[in-house]
Amino acid sequence: MDTMAILKKFTPEKDNMLNILHAVQDNNPQNYLTTEDIKLVASYLNTTYSAVYGVVKYYSMFSVKPRGKYVIRVCKSPVCHMMSTKTIIDEIKNNIGIGIGETSADLLFTLESSECLGHCAKAPVMMINDKVFKELDSVKIKNIFQSIKMNEQNK
Amino acid sequence: MITEKRIALKNAGKYNASDINEYIKIGGYKNVEKALQINPGEIIDLVIDAKLRGRGGAGFPTGLKNKFTNEAVCERCVQKYLVCNADEGEPGTFKDRIIMEQDPHVLLEGMIIAAYAIGATKGYIYIRGEYTESIKMLRIAVQQASEKGFLGKNIFNSGFNFGIEIKLGAGSYLCGEELTLLESIEGKRGYPRIKPPFPAEKGLFGMPTLINNVETFSHLPYIIEYGAEHYRAMGTPNSPGTKIFTISGDVNKPGYYETTLGITLRQLIYDFGGGIKNNKNIKAVLLGGAAGTFVDESVLDTPMGYDTLKEKGAVLGSGAIMVLSEERSVFDMTYSVLEFFKHESCGKCVPCRIGTTQLVRLMNEAKNNSGNRKEILNQLIYEADYMAKNSLCPLGQSPIMPLRSIKQFFENQF
Repeated sequence: MDTMAILKKFTPEKDNMLNILHAVQDNNPQNYLTTEDIKLVASYLNTTYSAVYGVVKYYSMFSVKPRGKYVIRVCKSPVCHMMSTKTIIDEIKNNIGIGIGETSADLLFTLESSECLGHCAKAPVMMINDKVFKELDSVKIKNIFQSIKMNEQNK
Repeated sequence: MITEKRIALKNAGKYNASDINEYIKIGGYKNVEKALQINPGEIIDLVIDAKLRGRGGAGFPTGLKNKFTNEAVCERCVQKYLVCNADEGEPGTFKDRIIMEQDPHVLLEGMIIAAYAIGATKGYIYIRGEYTESIKMLRIAVQQASEKGFLGKNIFNSGFNFGIEIKLGAGSYLCGEELTLLESIEGKRGYPRIKPPFPAEKGLFGMPTLINNVETFSHLPYIIEYGAEHYRAMGTPNSPGTKIFTISGDVNKPGYYETTLGITLRQLIYDFGGGIKNNKNIKAVLLGGAAGTFVDESVLDTPMGYDTLKEKGAVLGSGAIMVLSEERSVFDMTYSVLEFFKHESCGKCVPCRIGTTQLVRLMNEAKNNSGNRKEILNQLIYEADYMAKNSLCPLGQSPIMPLRSIKQFFENQF
């Protein structure tokens, strides 16, 4: 769907800003907002490019750089931290070869850290796009990424 | 055997939350129908009488907030707004998520009742973007409630109109602070506003706004059904009713438990939480999240209430209970908490922007120089106290809470 078609689903009011940015970003296969997108949103909401860009840059879920098809968010809040987030991040690195803030060369994965994801009773946790993965350990992590890679190869 | 007392979670898990017909079958929306036959002023008095306090963390009397918003007068007030704070981000807290995923309709009911009481015609639910399942369930619930006529025009033929829109956050802890949340709904960067004016006077788009937490709204249908006296009979005199506690960390059965206030931490950890893993001892409990307080075993038998905990130098906060066994390091946990604040400081005001960075710098110094840690703890408290006195919003005012509690309970283990 082109960006304009997404914008039309919303009334052109500023209180729709974040909902619009989410929808436009989710529509991009590389999970980010292009300069062109931001310009279109600005003109649709009758505001300036800088105003929209400032909003995009403030919120950590938005990106102005291309990201992987799968955005991984590892919770590093105090509870997950205590239940060993650090080993989880190392374990993910072993599986997909990237660290926090990096995108894999095949543009499949981007690894990010996140504040509390609200699944503290099942720590440590991570999200991959919209899905939450709980009570992680090295075996689970290996299986999760193996199955994603298998699915991608079979496409 | 101790059991839960459920109000906000009364129907959670008892019906298929994506089917409003199932909810109606178990009595759903009958409390809205009942409320809309009562005079709005009487509902405000009822909530004051029930002594319900805000479940988001601050514990402000909900009834008074209703009253202030209802009485707000301003020259250019076109309408009043109702906002639900579903931006649950306090570390260790996931109570609102459970309500929204398992019983989104109780929240909608509470919002309709509150909106009617204060005369608001438009409502917003501001929910964090990471809560994908909650967002999905709320969208379905709002859609179905609108189709049934529980939202929209002339609800239950009362002449009252009310609609709800869902607004997504995008990864900012600070947007859970009420005035910052309003900025965010308005489509701006999440920067806090100077207060006063409070939202009751000048809130969303400059209009009088009532903003409450998910759990707080979810108590209203129950209060309508059973009355203030029944509600007040539960809990403690200053903290009546129930609270959802979310227990995490080194316990055998981490999870969410709703129970009457006044319960002790020992009961929560040992009876509900199943005790400490591997029969270890407790070293510390972090109560109320990052913006909370560390306590030791001496607080285990204190009744959990807003004022009773305050007397001990602790807070109830959001109801988060993070348990650290004897094998954990309090220093390490403090480090994680202070890094969290550094990451989430928005940068608008200098004391918080510089201060949160300084606190982490001091922690690094302590890490590399363990002999001098007591002195560094004093420095941390000095800095955090300065921040608390000079920062614009609750974020900069928060780091002093865990730090002061470390000094009080764990100075020798820091």
